[in-house]
Amino acid sequence: MKRFRRHGHESDRDRLKQELFQFNKTVEHGFPHQPSALGYSPSLQLLAIGTRSGAIKLYGVPGVEFMGLHDENAAVTQVHFLPHQVELVTLLDDNSLHMWTLRAHKGLSELLEMGRFTLTGPPGAPPSVTRVTTVLAHSSGELLLLGTEGGHVFIVEVPGFRELEERNISLDQVASSVPDDYIGRRNLEHVEALQESPVNPDQVVIGYGRGLMVIWDLRKRCAIQHIPATQQLESVWWTEEESYILSSHSDGSYCRWMVGGKDVNEEKEKSDIPYGHFPCKAISKIVHLSTADGASYGDRHCITVIHGKTHVALDFTSRIIDFFVIREGPQWDPSALVVLVEEELVVIDLQTEGWPVIQTPYLVPLHSSAITCSHHISVIPLKLWERITAAGDLQNAHYSKKPWPITGGQNLASDPPQRDLLLTGHEDGTVRFWDASGVCLYPMYKLSTAGVFHTDADPNDNMNQGTEGEWPPFRKVGCFDPYSDDPRLGIQKIHLCKYSGYLTVAGTAGQILVLELNDEAAEQTVEAKVVDLLQGQEGFRWKGHTRLDARDEPVLFPPGFQPFALVQCQPPAVVTALTLHSEWKLVAFGTSHGFGVYDYQQKNSILIKCTLNPSDQLAMEGPLSRVKSIKKSLRQSFRRIRRSRVSLRKHHASNAAKLHDANARLEAELAEMELAPVQRKIEARSSDDSFTGLVRMLYFADTFLLDSSHNTPSLWAGTNGGCVFAYMLRLPPVEHRADEPVTAHPAKEIQLMHRAPVVGIVVLDGCGAPLPEPLEVAHDLARSPDMQGSHHLLVISEEQFKVFTLPKVSTKMKLKLTAMDGSRVRRVGVAWFGSSRSEDYSESGLVVLTNQGDVHVVSLPAVKMQVHYPCIRREDVSGIASCVFTKHGQGFYLISPSEFERFSLSTRYLVEPRCLVEAPPKSATSSQHRPQPDRASSAYSAARPVMEHALLNDESEYLRETEERMY
Amino acid sequence: MSRQQQQQQRTPLKVTDTVVEVKSKFEAEYRRFAVKKNGPGGFQEFYGLLQTIHQIPGVDVLLGYADVHGDLLPINNDDNFHKAVSSANPLLRIIITKKEDEPVVFGTNSLQRRKKGLGLTGLRTPGAGSTHSKNRTGLMIGMPQNFRQVSSIIDVDILPETHRRVRLHKHGTHKPLGFYIRDGVSVRVTPQGVEKVPGVFISRLVRGGLAESTGLLGVNDEILEVNGIDVAGKSLDQVTDMMVANSHNLIVTVKPANQRNNVMHRGSKTSMGNSGSVGSAGSTGSILSHDSPSPASQSNPITASNSIAEGDSDDEDDDGDIILENDSLMPHDSHQVTDSNNVNLNRDSPTNGPHSSTVVRPLPQSVSLPSSVGASLSDSSMTSNYNRNTAHTASNRQESMREDGTIITL
Repeated sequence: MKRFRRHGHESDRDRLKQELFQFNKTVEHGFPHQPSALGYSPSLQLLAIGTRSGAIKLYGVPGVEFMGLHDENAAVTQVHFLPHQVELVTLLDDNSLHMWTLRAHKGLSELLEMGRFTLTGPPGAPPSVTRVTTVLAHSSGELLLLGTEGGHVFIVEVPGFRELEERNISLDQVASSVPDDYIGRRNLEHVEALQESPVNPDQVVIGYGRGLMVIWDLRKRCAIQHIPATQQLESVWWTEEESYILSSHSDGSYCRWMVGGKDVNEEKEKSDIPYGHFPCKAISKIVHLSTADGASYGDRHCITVIHGKTHVALDFTSRIIDFFVIREGPQWDPSALVVLVEEELVVIDLQTEGWPVIQTPYLVPLHSSAITCSHHISVIPLKLWERITAAGDLQNAHYSKKPWPITGGQNLASDPPQRDLLLTGHEDGTVRFWDASGVCLYPMYKLSTAGVFHTDADPNDNMNQGTEGEWPPFRKVGCFDPYSDDPRLGIQKIHLCKYSGYLTVAGTAGQILVLELNDEAAEQTVEAKVVDLLQGQEGFRWKGHTRLDARDEPVLFPPGFQPFALVQCQPPAVVTALTLHSEWKLVAFGTSHGFGVYDYQQKNSILIKCTLNPSDQLAMEGPLSRVKSIKKSLRQSFRRIRRSRVSLRKHHASNAAKLHDANARLEAELAEMELAPVQRKIEARSSDDSFTGLVRMLYFADTFLLDSSHNTPSLWAGTNGGCVFAYMLRLPPVEHRADEPVTAHPAKEIQLMHRAPVVGIVVLDGCGAPLPEPLEVAHDLARSPDMQGSHHLLVISEEQFKVFTLPKVSTKMKLKLTAMDGSRVRRVGVAWFGSSRSEDYSESGLVVLTNQGDVHVVSLPAVKMQVHYPCIRREDVSGIASCVFTKHGQGFYLISPSEFERFSLSTRYLVEPRCLVEAPPKSATSSQHRPQPDRASSAYSAARPVMEHALLNDESEYLRETEERMY
Repeated sequence: MSRQQQQQQRTPLKVTDTVVEVKSKFEAEYRRFAVKKNGPGGFQEFYGLLQTIHQIPGVDVLLGYADVHGDLLPINNDDNFHKAVSSANPLLRIIITKKEDEPVVFGTNSLQRRKKGLGLTGLRTPGAGSTHSKNRTGLMIGMPQNFRQVSSIIDVDILPETHRRVRLHKHGTHKPLGFYIRDGVSVRVTPQGVEKVPGVFISRLVRGGLAESTGLLGVNDEILEVNGIDVAGKSLDQVTDMMVANSHNLIVTVKPANQRNNVMHRGSKTSMGNSGSVGSAGSTGSILSHDSPSPASQSNPITASNSIAEGDSDDEDDDGDIILENDSLMPHDSHQVTDSNNVNLNRDSPTNGPHSSTVVRPLPQSVSLPSSVGASLSDSSMTSNYNRNTAHTASNRQESMREDGTIITL
């Protein structure tokens, strides 16, 4: 009977679990790591980026995003949209071609791979014959022209990938139709460029590596014209009027060639080397539009834009992958230049004076300085949100006011239910505020803490670098700047109170700043307070970095978060734990040496506790000695290898027998190396272990620390050695808060027997719910905690979840994780889960990420394992370390230095792209509101003003005819 | 032998003391008094004294004391009485029980076991064994839980002969577990033929460690389970973490590299089992035990046996968390924050009692171990540690922490 009932209960619980929890990886934020290809569909207005890891990502209007991954682990080298269609073709560096499509399913589009294809050459031919170098998606949308390393052009029908062998343009055919006198066989090398005529889709120009260009008629299957350039060819552009072909060359020159009726016109019309006299780096791509002219240029990752007399060399901070120009308006004027560089996407407004940069709503380089930590705050009050936005707007004044020019697709996702902020701390001492409410991680505001300190670099150094009269006229663009002036500035911990607008950030050199939001600029001195965490501990030698040098003089801070208090830990070790209580106006901070509490109202420190274990040499000496020793041992092992190689060579010189001898010895050595296995010591943790004093967790709670009738403010600190310290805090009454001292008294100390690092401390109220955040109740945003029932203390170590009673501490419940499956808690957060079925049912739980990369949900207050899902690869240590959880069961982790993956464990809160992309209407000319046409026809439209109307009609007729024939 | 020396080491300051503090408990009542260390008299005298102090003349009682490891040991003759007095560190804790009551279980963690109702046996100690009415045979054989647990081979009867389940008990020793593990390749015979699968093996034994000194584990033994959980498919680091997490009561099932010392099943000659290297027990010793015969699990020998599933050891290790509480806190000035004394104060704060002279203002504190060993018991041991700490004014935190470590192994 009893068993029967329990069974029923369990299935109830199982059903409830299904209503509460589900795991989804929803969207990737940030900039794709190692992009390798760029594509754009003017008709769909979609941008495509391929990466070296085989991912393909599509972006349209903010919110419209698609992502696909090739099964092959090969880099995407080219992406081409099929004109006027929702298909695109990718070329991977394993020479395979892939067809992708955006298929609508239940009103939403999905990116799906439709097929794949690898070119097969004649039997016995070298692989270079079929190695694809260039792809041309023909404007008919039915043909792909594939130029190969062997010099052939293969023609393939899409979307079926059917080879049309009879139409291939072989090297021999080309050679035979070009007069021998200026065609040496050597000129017919690999196909470097393929371009379709903007007017006549039957004509293509084939550019060969050595410089020869041939205009080929697809219908007549013969060469119409050849252009004998002598420089190594980089790219070809057929101008819109069809009258010129531009070629760019490896020596930094470009040429304009007349395309005429006469085959014999071999003179170049115009030749120019934009930068000097002396050959410089290759111009790898050239684009000429009716009014502007762009060219990519090597040495410093530059793109030059020449328009009339305006001539600017845009200087990027990383390698240029590719670029394209967006055109709009009746004249199809170039409106924006979109440049994909290795580390960011830069869009330049070509219609506004001075060509300002348009801020990107997505694809923002999160890593413009390396991310060192992150912090998420859910449900930001509107007031704070507006103030941060306003502060951010002032910083973005230099951006173009133009709207984002890539507008394809429809975003069908409903507005995000709440305003969420993601804060990222960076190596250069900045904190970036991101709008993490929706699919686009949009930059809101950037805070720099470097101004508080004297640093080597003058902050004005990077600004206005361009000096007058410099040639080429470089202009720095982009924000990727990985070079940190001083690694000590790096931000390690962030805590923001969303109700009061107080922010505290802590860094690598033991600095803790307290900031407050101010809408006006202010000039103020930041008062520095040095706290000695060693507290007279002897035998200590700090070998790490020195403390940052704080400025004594007033500093002008722009509107936004302005620092007003600075605490500097001595020794200046990295801050490992930080928390702020805005109601009590206290900040608690910890390092590997101890922890302290700072009263930011009275600006004095009220508690310092040293947690250092004197036998812990590593913590005693600081971080550098350890690195040194690793370096040393590495150096030694290299030296050993080198020595054995040298000895081997000697033997080789003498005779074969000795060589054999040496080989045997080397083999034995190698075998020995292999035999010496990776081994792990099995030993209980002891107090002598390294970094046991490192403070991992600090937590403020108003709870029953001493007796069960009076609750008092308290501070809880957890260390790496499994120790929890509890302090009772005595706060003066509000009216005397400014002048009476705040005091802290030791109240409890818990040494967990298993000595695993304490990674979380939570106090549960009488109902078993976690205590609310400070000021949350005051703002009516949370139920006030239950103070009637007895409180419980939940201590989460890397190995166990343990609930203790309060005020008398004794174990009530526990859940062992490591002892059961060998995984350890790496990240933990308290989250609130709402049921997907009934609006009013919800429960809170712990979200846990383990070192195996699995996420678990543990119920509260019963600490029972609910669900677990694999989330991150266990080898991805930095991904696991970067994970942050939201209060509503979502999370973020870095999948590369520049990208956050967003995931959700909640059935109710799910931020994922929901978007629709529809195929553009086929009949191009009829509709007024048709999307921007593809290049061929866009050129066609652009060319309209200069052409006779009759001709236009003829041409379109002709075009249709060709299409039919090709079909 | 070594234990005696150990205790000498642990109480080096007692030489000058002439009296021993005694705290005795009968039912819910406590009494505190002192006895002379050098001439405390005999057992009978002490027995009478306790009856007087507790005002229970004529009531038949059994006496027990808590030794330095927290075990409840009997006092029923002059010898063990003197032993009890000499090992008081510094407090001698006496627990008095009526003979009619539920019998006391002496031995390892016996206080805890009694609370859980696991103790079933009476007091059977030499010299007092016949006191129990049920025990008519007069045989002086104690039950397993009356003895201090040592590392052992367990579950012999439910495991295949080729496997060995070893329980490593750190109890009462400072010995490290003392072994390393590595990745390796294990050869399995399957119906499809021989198959090579990744496995985890013991790579090295530390000299003098528990693994080496008990002789229960050997280099190249393959690890199959850790505390009843199959390690197949787990990474070396996972297995390491599991072992470390279970290090206070580690039960590993191995496939010994040396199959010649396999334990024979019950039914065959049991004496064969404890031969060769297995028998080379050090001071900790190793024994064979058949403490959990479970015929039901015979069919599936590599499942968690009773001894693992039972989970008593599970609780035992956990509740060793040390909790210091400041029950009645008096207000301090905030100035002490910058005062380096504060650290000292905090560290030494549990030292109430006679040795707390170094503390500026002793705080009344209760120190408790949440286990059923009882607050008072741990109090005494904690106090002893902290006393030692203060007596050695030069002694640093590290030492005190190590002492704490000992207490954990209660």
